[in-house]
Amino acid sequence: MSDAASLNLFQQQEANRRRTVVLVVAFVAFFAWLGFGGDYIYYLFSRDAPRYAYHHTFPWFGIVLSLAAAAIAWYGYRTGPQKVLWSTGAREIVEPQGDNERQLVNVVEEMAIAAGVPRPRIWIVDDPDPNAFATGTDPLHAHIAVTQGLLDLCTRDELQGVVAHELGHVKNLDVRLMTMLAALVGAVALMHDGTSRVLRPGGGSSDERKPSPLVLIVLVVWIVSWILAPIIAQLLALGVSRKREYLADAMSAQFTRNPLALASALQKIEGADAPTTHIKRGAAHLCIADPLGRRLTSHEGLFADTLATHPPMAKRIAILRGMGYAQLKQDRP
Amino acid sequence: MGPLVLLIVLVVVAAWVIAAYNGLIALKNQTLNAFKQIDVQLKRRHDLIPNLVNAVRGAMDFEKSTLEAVIQARNQAVKVNATGPEGIKQISQAENALSSALQRLMVVVEQYPQLRATGNVGQLQEELTSTENKVAFARQLYNDTATQYNTKQQQFPTSLVAGLAKAQPADLWEIEDQGEKAVPQVDLSLKPKT
Repeated sequence: MSDAASLNLFQQQEANRRRTVVLVVAFVAFFAWLGFGGDYIYYLFSRDAPRYAYHHTFPWFGIVLSLAAAAIAWYGYRTGPQKVLWSTGAREIVEPQGDNERQLVNVVEEMAIAAGVPRPRIWIVDDPDPNAFATGTDPLHAHIAVTQGLLDLCTRDELQGVVAHELGHVKNLDVRLMTMLAALVGAVALMHDGTSRVLRPGGGSSDERKPSPLVLIVLVVWIVSWILAPIIAQLLALGVSRKREYLADAMSAQFTRNPLALASALQKIEGADAPTTHIKRGAAHLCIADPLGRRLTSHEGLFADTLATHPPMAKRIAILRGMGYAQLKQDRP
Repeated sequence: MGPLVLLIVLVVVAAWVIAAYNGLIALKNQTLNAFKQIDVQLKRRHDLIPNLVNAVRGAMDFEKSTLEAVIQARNQAVKVNATGPEGIKQISQAENALSSALQRLMVVVEQYPQLRATGNVGQLQEELTSTENKVAFARQLYNDTATQYNTKQQQFPTSLVAGLAKAQPADLWEIEDQGEKAVPQVDLSLKPKT
């Protein structure tokens, strides 16, 4: 580990802490906008109402929604890792059963030593497709989950590469940002589904009065942002994870000193074409390889760059191979 | 104007000295901690070896010398009572000898499929691999951290503060032992030695 690399790690951790804060602030601000925007529209509507009818003057919606968003963010931070693990149906290894699990526990312990972090808790997802992810809020409260398929398919060295990749995410605090994002994306999707049922047109607005253009503009912007909320949240989740994969690959190579093992593990993961059915869309950006098996991931380009959660596998493998051959050349006397 | 500029320069220099000093101290403690991690893993290995030897002893009448070499190397390593990074030369010599003895044993176990089939030798083999890996990775972390510490204290301008922080170059854990570098002898005849 050179001096530059460690500086990089420190910067990476700082950046992830900062981005998590930005994410939470943006989340709360977005709900505040929805709430206070709604208040304003209601105020404009009820301004011309008859004298003794209800006049919306106190911004109840805004206050309630902002507080709710803050509460959700806090709840997401506290329970995010558990929720992510729960959503994939993972079971924790407490007492390893059988050779495979014992080997996994050993490999995780080894890589935790190499990375200089405490041993994370280890989980298994009963899915035949090879995949792995890490979650948690910091290295002291971290979890690593691998699928049964990964255990069955990979050799010891390959497993080591994959586990080291996940520990890379843990060490540079990617897990905090990505888990928070998963929790918030989930909350937005849930609330959107719930409230769009309530907001659906049908009730109200039967009066003939023409609203002023200002009201209309605010209303349109407000509705559009309400509809776009889950899409924006999804796009955020996509954009945030791609560069991190290259970085975690490099950290894996640094921990194991064996980039070729991770390259061959990635090849095996890529070769198993089946999607990881236990891992849903909400946690997709946490995984080492796209669990949805989307074809987008295999291309590089503007379209894929904006819509895929993971960088193209071929490029990752090529970069790792490059590291491996450089190492071989160096070792040769 | 003049005194103000001087004051600003002084404050900046003082802030830099404090930051550099603290950075060196942090790295020094990281190096010490990394060394403690090696110690933990070595201790684990010393505790594991008697179990391992007992497990394979019955099945390995024919490889007495290999087993004896392991036990001897282990006892030698336990006897070393040097501690801390200062004793690294002594510790690493004894531990490297143990590593190479264990490596020979592992090669022997690989050689006899019937041995792997008996009871829990396969499981022990996994434990042994893991133990060796843990020692190796702890060593790797220590060497990386110590290199970083050494580079930092020798680089200008941090080197100016190195004396203040009582920074001394930390010894790396070298693999000097000839046994480790040498390729182990492999007997491919699969015939039990008498």
